[in-house]
Amino acid sequence: MDSHDRGTNLGPAARAGPTAAPTATAPPARRLLDAAAGPLHPTARDTLLAAVDAGWADPARLYAEGRRARALLDRSREVVAAGLSVRPTEVSLLPSGPSALTRAVEGLLYAARRRGARTVASAVEHSAVLVPGRARAASADDAALLAEVPVDGRGRVDLDSWSAALGVEGTVVAALQSANGEVGTRQPLQEAREACRRHGIPLVVDAMASLGRDEVPDDWDVLVGDARAWGGPPLGVLVVRERVRWQWEGSRADVEGGRTDVTPWIPLALAAAEAWQQTASARTVDAAGARGLVDAIRTSAARVPDTEVVGDPDDRLPHVVTFSSLYVDGEALVGAFDRAGFAVASGSACTSSTLEPSHVLAAMGVLTHGNVRVTLPLRAVSPGRDADVEAFCSAIGPTVEAVRRELGVAGL
Amino acid sequence: MSDAAARVAVVDARGLRCPLPVIRLAQLVRDDPAAGRVTVLATDPAAAHDIPAWCRLRGHRYLGARDEGAHTAYDVEVVRPTAPATAP
Repeated sequence: MDSHDRGTNLGPAARAGPTAAPTATAPPARRLLDAAAGPLHPTARDTLLAAVDAGWADPARLYAEGRRARALLDRSREVVAAGLSVRPTEVSLLPSGPSALTRAVEGLLYAARRRGARTVASAVEHSAVLVPGRARAASADDAALLAEVPVDGRGRVDLDSWSAALGVEGTVVAALQSANGEVGTRQPLQEAREACRRHGIPLVVDAMASLGRDEVPDDWDVLVGDARAWGGPPLGVLVVRERVRWQWEGSRADVEGGRTDVTPWIPLALAAAEAWQQTASARTVDAAGARGLVDAIRTSAARVPDTEVVGDPDDRLPHVVTFSSLYVDGEALVGAFDRAGFAVASGSACTSSTLEPSHVLAAMGVLTHGNVRVTLPLRAVSPGRDADVEAFCSAIGPTVEAVRRELGVAGL
Repeated sequence: MSDAAARVAVVDARGLRCPLPVIRLAQLVRDDPAAGRVTVLATDPAAAHDIPAWCRLRGHRYLGARDEGAHTAYDVEVVRPTAPATAP
């Protein structure tokens, strides 16, 4: 018997556990094919729960519990730093990946404010780069303050345009993803950084989608990651190389090297570090498995009439795949897959909170409606991954066909 | 909308959400073999991406877009296969 009231806010389904009464109609088995935001690696989950008791204190406090929290935070930072081959002092932990990305650009802009205010970014960068960039350009009434460099049909940045954009006077920051989290295409970081070097411009690399899943990138001045990508909790990682001129305007206390004003919650930091270790040690095998599964999905989707598989077929993240089918809306497709047990995402307009479709698909010039996106979970998170993908491959054709029939667009 | 003998047909998809503008365009091209060129009037922002993508996927020629104030007009040249058998 529990000694305390567990509360009611999680609702009966989530609280009942194994003693739940069997329902009349068993729903189909759930198959998780959208791991962009979790769930946690099981070992990281255990760490998180244990750390709630062991690391609750404010690491700035000087009593025993605070000192313990500080030691756990330091330990977490060392693990992440070692994984990225950087010094612990170069690593800051921020509340989320996207907020770390926005901060990464802001810090370079502020440090270079006497030389210029212009940002160069690819057109498929995360909205945490593009939206604040457009806002700065709008408030300065100078559209040139953000250059959005075009990409090709596979989502790869045009290096000639990239170099030309860097050459424009007043450019002080460049931002490029290691790989795109929606379509999986990798960016030519080495060439892009070489161009940055020629112009003396620091490069922010958004590795939110790739860290933990793909090789750790080397060609960057400021690096950003998101622990969710490697089976951790939501936690942003901001890495600023020591020699890089970077300063946050809002810096006040000595929190995370002056790069945030939010002290990380120790359980999140520790769980992120644990997830990194678990994922890094299994990465090569896990990625090879994921690559084969993505190939299978690509092949199955390409067989569906009027369907295009999007993104680079080879030079890509191992675990991300997306395709678009003509004449169906993404919401209807996601709903049909959901009813069949599959959790998948979509970049179509009807599935977003705005009327705008995915800016990534739009920049690539590919179909934005009827989009389905799969982000494979780690095998440790989802041991049934292979079987789930096999079932999904069989379901793609019939599901698209059924939605088309329902909408009266079959045979168009 | 123009009659079957006309070369230019118009699809009025104003106010329709994606993917309806593309569906209406595809239906017209299928049902009106005389249409050699189609202008789609649309307000949905996704049409700007999806009409060119549809042309590419189905082998038609995208001619461009014109801002007409409250809506956008997209011009498409219909490319009919020379063989009579057109697999849908």
